[in-house]
Amino acid sequence: MQNDETLKIDQEQPELIHKSRRDFLILATSAVGVVGTSGFIWPFVKSMNPAADVLALASIELDLKPIQVGQAITVMWRGRPLFIRHRTAQEIQEAKNVNLADLVDPQSDDERFKQYPQWLVVVGVCTHLGCVPSGQKPSDNRGQYGGWYCPCHGSVYDISGRIRGGPAPRNLEVPPYTFLNETTLKVG
Amino acid sequence: MTMPSSEKKKAGFVQWVDERLPVFSFINKELVDYPTPRNLSYWWNFGSLAGVVLVVMILTGIFLAMFYTPHVDHAFNSVERIMREVNYGWLIRYIHMNGASMFFVVVYIHMFRGLYYGSYKAPRELLWILGVVIFLLMMATAFMGYVLPWGQMSYWGATVITNLFSAIPLIGDSIVTWLWGGFSVANPTLNRFFALHYLFPFLIVGVVFLHLIALHQHGSNNPLGIDAKKPGDKIPFHPYYTVKDLLGLGVLLMVWGSFVFFAPNFFGEPDNYIPADPLVTPEHIVPEWYFLPFYAILRSVPDKLGGVVLMFSAVFILTLMPWLDRSPIRSARFRPLYKVLFWIFVATCLILGWVGSQKPEGLPLIFGRIATVYYFIHFLVFVPLLNRIERPLPLPESLQKKSVPSVKGGASS
Repeated sequence: MQNDETLKIDQEQPELIHKSRRDFLILATSAVGVVGTSGFIWPFVKSMNPAADVLALASIELDLKPIQVGQAITVMWRGRPLFIRHRTAQEIQEAKNVNLADLVDPQSDDERFKQYPQWLVVVGVCTHLGCVPSGQKPSDNRGQYGGWYCPCHGSVYDISGRIRGGPAPRNLEVPPYTFLNETTLKVG
Repeated sequence: MTMPSSEKKKAGFVQWVDERLPVFSFINKELVDYPTPRNLSYWWNFGSLAGVVLVVMILTGIFLAMFYTPHVDHAFNSVERIMREVNYGWLIRYIHMNGASMFFVVVYIHMFRGLYYGSYKAPRELLWILGVVIFLLMMATAFMGYVLPWGQMSYWGATVITNLFSAIPLIGDSIVTWLWGGFSVANPTLNRFFALHYLFPFLIVGVVFLHLIALHQHGSNNPLGIDAKKPGDKIPFHPYYTVKDLLGLGVLLMVWGSFVFFAPNFFGEPDNYIPADPLVTPEHIVPEWYFLPFYAILRSVPDKLGGVVLMFSAVFILTLMPWLDRSPIRSARFRPLYKVLFWIFVATCLILGWVGSQKPEGLPLIFGRIATVYYFIHFLVFVPLLNRIERPLPLPESLQKKSVPSVKGGASS
């Protein structure tokens, strides 16, 4: 119906024959409108991303000397707990003996530590939905693999922080860290 | 529609205003004369009750916001200050806390009433979908409000729920960082949740208005599920249903009041009286009771993405209900098989709720998995199939026919 009308107008008023030019103008104007609106929305969306002071995260240095064999400590790093566990020789052996084919997220124990096999450093955040797994104290429930057990949805981690059971999809994250000397650790 | 009382000429001031801004005509049309089926039962009270609870929540919420500080260092203490120092602060806080539970009780009954009496069927599909939108907004609002006191449950609930989005492939982690405003749930998160918890109730009010417009377009459904045909089938809303709704409100306020005054922490988790500690997850974290069925579905799936997808589907599948259920009969009163399925579905939801409150192991885990599977089978298999095999009972001719004899007559045939 609209087409018929415009056709009639076109016949009566020949200057309107260049209809496509006007259609193009409408298209171009709409495009500018869409780009402008999106550009206006962007700062609002972006404002919710981490602010400069949140991004300015210092790395931390830790003295490992007081941590006894078999002991684990929890420290705060980037607002989240960091697990540092001084593994016993038996635990290291246990972690090495695991068949990689049995793992959900296959990683050998060698890929889980740097330099010293007795020091396991992982982010203490369950890769399922972010709870802190229990198992830092010997009296805690460590799950059936002697590592950690997440109380939220029952994920089980082994002594290498690898996921062994439950809904979590990945192993506990290994943060970037270096040893400044044998007993000083720098995380971040 | 011609309404006798709208013919009456209003006098003086009212008429002067109404000619310029027809508020009085509007109120008269939608709240006074509004024709309503004569046979509505008390199950139809819960819509208006939800509206009242929403108003009370907004009112108590605004007053609480006058004393609450949305900062991680002050949030917990400012809530304790409301409890101890602010005049009637304890009362306003307990009304707000228990009000959230009352809101969900009322809305769940409202939803199940809709499912039983086929209130989602043509021509009320959009009314139903708007209802699901309100339900989603309610859940988001309640979740963000629960974070504000910054107790242990607040903190860990926030962590778990925001982490749901990390299950999304590729962009999941960026979304979570964006939601948090950092690398964990922290002050930026609390700050924005406060802003959004203040905003969302007003969005709910907006959608409630659309909900009511959609309702008033065709009017309420009724226990018989048939349309009004004769002139006497409908009666004016006021005074008949205003009075009926007021009685329901009295009962609700008694229930609400008994919780506020005698068991204010009945619905809460004691762990939320421990200030948030990012280093220690409580042994047994559970969400508020009204999230338990969905939480149970999430935990029943041994896969992160699968669990999240299924949990959200459990809500979104409701929007499909008008198209999954092809039976032309609305009310379950005349659908002998659907009636049975409905009650099994109610039981399934209650079982899921119980499972959600238990640890995810052993018997609860098995029950949870069976109930989760059944939840979806109900919607995707049983409800669509039912229309083919079910023989509905004969419908009464009009709303004025006593429904009881015709139901009996139908059952004997």
